[in-house]
Amino acid sequence: MKSLSFSMRDLICGLLFIAVGLFFAIQAYGLELGTAFRMGPGYFPLVLAGILVLLGIIVIIQGTQLEHEPMGPIAWRGLLFILPAPIFFGLTVRGLGFVPSLFLTGLLAAFASTRMRPGTALLLVGGLTLFSVIVFSYALGLPFRRFGPWLGL
Amino acid sequence: MDLLSNLALGFATAASPWNLLFCLTGVLLGTLIGVLPGIGATATIAMLLPITFQLEPVSSLIMLAGIYYGAQYGGSTTAILINMPGESSSAVTAIDGYQMARRGRAGAALAIAAIGSFFAGTVSTVLVAVFAPPLTAIALQFGSAEYFSLMIVGLVSSIALAHGSVVKALGMVVLGLLLGLVGTDIYTGTPRFNLGILELSDGLNFVALAVGVFGIAEILRNLENEHERDVMIKKVTNLWPTREDWKQMTAPILRGTAIGSALGILPGGGAILASFASYTVEKRISNSPGEFGKGAIAGVAGPESANNAGAQTSFIPMLTLGIPANPVMALMIGAMIIQGIVPGPNVATEQPALFWGIIASMWIGNLMLILLNLPLIGLWVKLLTIPYYMLFPAIIAFCSIGVYSVNSNVFDLYAVAFFGLMGYGLAKLRCEPAPLLLGFVLGPLLEEHLRRAMIMSRGDPTTFLTRPISLILLLLAVGVLVVVLLPSIRKKRDEVFVED
Repeated sequence: MKSLSFSMRDLICGLLFIAVGLFFAIQAYGLELGTAFRMGPGYFPLVLAGILVLLGIIVIIQGTQLEHEPMGPIAWRGLLFILPAPIFFGLTVRGLGFVPSLFLTGLLAAFASTRMRPGTALLLVGGLTLFSVIVFSYALGLPFRRFGPWLGL
Repeated sequence: MDLLSNLALGFATAASPWNLLFCLTGVLLGTLIGVLPGIGATATIAMLLPITFQLEPVSSLIMLAGIYYGAQYGGSTTAILINMPGESSSAVTAIDGYQMARRGRAGAALAIAAIGSFFAGTVSTVLVAVFAPPLTAIALQFGSAEYFSLMIVGLVSSIALAHGSVVKALGMVVLGLLLGLVGTDIYTGTPRFNLGILELSDGLNFVALAVGVFGIAEILRNLENEHERDVMIKKVTNLWPTREDWKQMTAPILRGTAIGSALGILPGGGAILASFASYTVEKRISNSPGEFGKGAIAGVAGPESANNAGAQTSFIPMLTLGIPANPVMALMIGAMIIQGIVPGPNVATEQPALFWGIIASMWIGNLMLILLNLPLIGLWVKLLTIPYYMLFPAIIAFCSIGVYSVNSNVFDLYAVAFFGLMGYGLAKLRCEPAPLLLGFVLGPLLEEHLRRAMIMSRGDPTTFLTRPISLILLLLAVGVLVVVLLPSIRKKRDEVFVED
């Protein structure tokens, strides 16, 4: 595989650096730049953004010279269940309250694994919720509402 | 005699029943997460950070420090027993430690690691106590130019430690710096890079970033291919090393302690670098280098002492300058700020009980580790048999609770999901998260000191070169960068990292 082709990984990485760099550069350009003596809010970010774009270009160039290795599998199932879990917790912790919200969050996350069986998940997450309520809510006294207004309690 | 009275104050603080309890909690928790793969000290401390709101500043920092060095102990246990380093700093221990275990000498390997770590911990605690005050005195002389240059050294060193491409690591630092600037410009109050989102005007949440990039992304990586972890461990017997072992381990422990203590002080250095350096040295000077990789005692004793010494002395830049040497120290600084303490040279004079209490607690914590862990090895081994899919829902739940409780801000939870995705994507692109986090923490500081230094020099950039301390620091940074980029050393570095 030693040919002068682009490494997919490095190409994406370089383009990402360039894109983020350009984003910050454009944003910084809209701010007051000032001079080296009295730098405005845009000066330092603009310099950094420029460096990032440059690094992105170097990454892409370097990527053409190296042997490539495959990207490996992507944890689609993990992404699908893990990432929404904290978001779900955020959406429901006030409305449903700490206990039901945490239970459902844990359950959602549990199904990211192909090995998890529904019965095990319920048991595990139940124990986890109980533990968290005792430790975080009662022992440490974090100011969570245990059951929220959506439940009509 | 100042030293003695300071240490006495420290021990009086650290030995109060309440603080002893938190120290014990910290080291046990640290060992636990060190043993369990898929969750590291950084993610754990990030998760627990908000909870430390409720504690006294000293107690919370003692506990967080305990987690940090406890994790090193736990990490080496799994490295020896099942060739799976729980923490990156014990990657080297796995090479010879696991071979010793395969030869039926697991007990001796564990004991050597523990004794080496304890010795190194004791020496480096004394070193921290001896060197912190003079360094604090120097730090008080630091102007903005020096701070700027020192941070550059830290950032460059973090690149040296990252796996793989130097350019990508550099990119991660710059990306981190940029992310750190999101929010409001401190000088003019101008909002910047906040995309019009109100929650971003105070900047991105550090805990959300750390939890996302280290915690969530790590889980996703572990879920890529789930396979059964075969944990076949024979009963660990014969813990006490033989007289021959003692003879073979003494010199490597001494050398490892010295190497680790020196490298730990460097901002950006610390435990990982120390253990690699010690292994290389031991192999180089050994009479029988062929033994290495096949269960050499020096290959366990040296690196284990070095990583513990490095972990301890990396507190020096944090406590004296307020500059984090690694992501864990960055979190400790976060913890101090949450408690209303401004990290920096003034901590030692304004909060002597806190400062010396933390130092003394490190020694007490190390003593607890050696007393507790050797008898508890059986328990830790049991924990290893818990399948991963039973663990990660709990990690997600604790991450969510931890992040939410920082500000009771729902937006931070969305940020966790975002940073989790970003961290996973970056990992897929072979970009390391550690330089990113360090850049993020240092971003605002770096800009502040750059701007201040330039104003003081009336726009003359040579100020960084004409001030002697600043010049030395910058030369050090250039030196590190050159060393990392040199082809021959680069090859060596790749080889070293391939081993983990």
